[in-house]
Amino acid sequence: MRQAIILLTGIAAAILLSRNIYNIFLVMPDEANQGAIWRIFYFHLPAALTSFFLFYLGAGASIGFLVNKKPSWDRVASVANEIGLTLALITLVTGMIWARIAWGIWWAWDHRLTSYLVCILLYVAYLMLRSAIDEPTLRGRLSAVLSIFASANIILVWKSIEWYRTQHPGPVLSIRNGGGMAPGMEALAYWNVLAIALLMVATFLVRLRQAEVQTEIETMRRYAHAA
Amino acid sequence: MDERNFAYMAYGFIAAWLIVVVYVLTLATREKKLRSELERVRYMIEARDKKSS
Repeated sequence: MRQAIILLTGIAAAILLSRNIYNIFLVMPDEANQGAIWRIFYFHLPAALTSFFLFYLGAGASIGFLVNKKPSWDRVASVANEIGLTLALITLVTGMIWARIAWGIWWAWDHRLTSYLVCILLYVAYLMLRSAIDEPTLRGRLSAVLSIFASANIILVWKSIEWYRTQHPGPVLSIRNGGGMAPGMEALAYWNVLAIALLMVATFLVRLRQAEVQTEIETMRRYAHAA
Repeated sequence: MDERNFAYMAYGFIAAWLIVVVYVLTLATREKKLRSELERVRYMIEARDKKSS
């Protein structure tokens, strides 16, 4: 069943991504002020939104683990945070490349960029913490606490462009009362959010299966070494 | 300016996909490692069970 879901979401993501990439590069015109570089937005935004969702999924699963003590919750949390971190890196790198052209600089220490960097560093710390502890229950408990703590930063990242004057552009999507994009341009952004999300569902399921096999190996190894 | 603009757009997409590809490659490497580890542990258990019986 899971194999079928991985296959179906993978195929759906590939079809949708191909359609979106065609539209992004060959149908959409250059933006009036920014030129071609604005197309980076179509990967920057979906990667950011999907990473936020995964970090919250990780926090939810961490709460589940602290309440139920079931290893499956810990596995979901670790996989969600790991993939979320990958997407956060994509967001950061694409944002910096865009900034080099739009602002003339790679980086600015404004609220949005700094809070997002802090967010990334927290999740790097999360993965380092997990790899440093061998005992599964202790690893799960400590990393769950860190995951919940790190997720609190997401709201700061999300709201920073509304709460503070930042170098980063304010909200552009109409769902955030931004209204800074033409309707055709905005719709394509949502389609790419869906495509990236589908790709991440497939990746999530593959990685989750690996985490399950890893748990199985640890259990078998303990059995093999038992007197 | 336009040429530079276009080049940086290409860098952005290449960087994004490169991160995805690197992550997928780490998944594939991990999968391979897990399979061989699973085989090894199974072998260890079989050897232990044979010894004890």
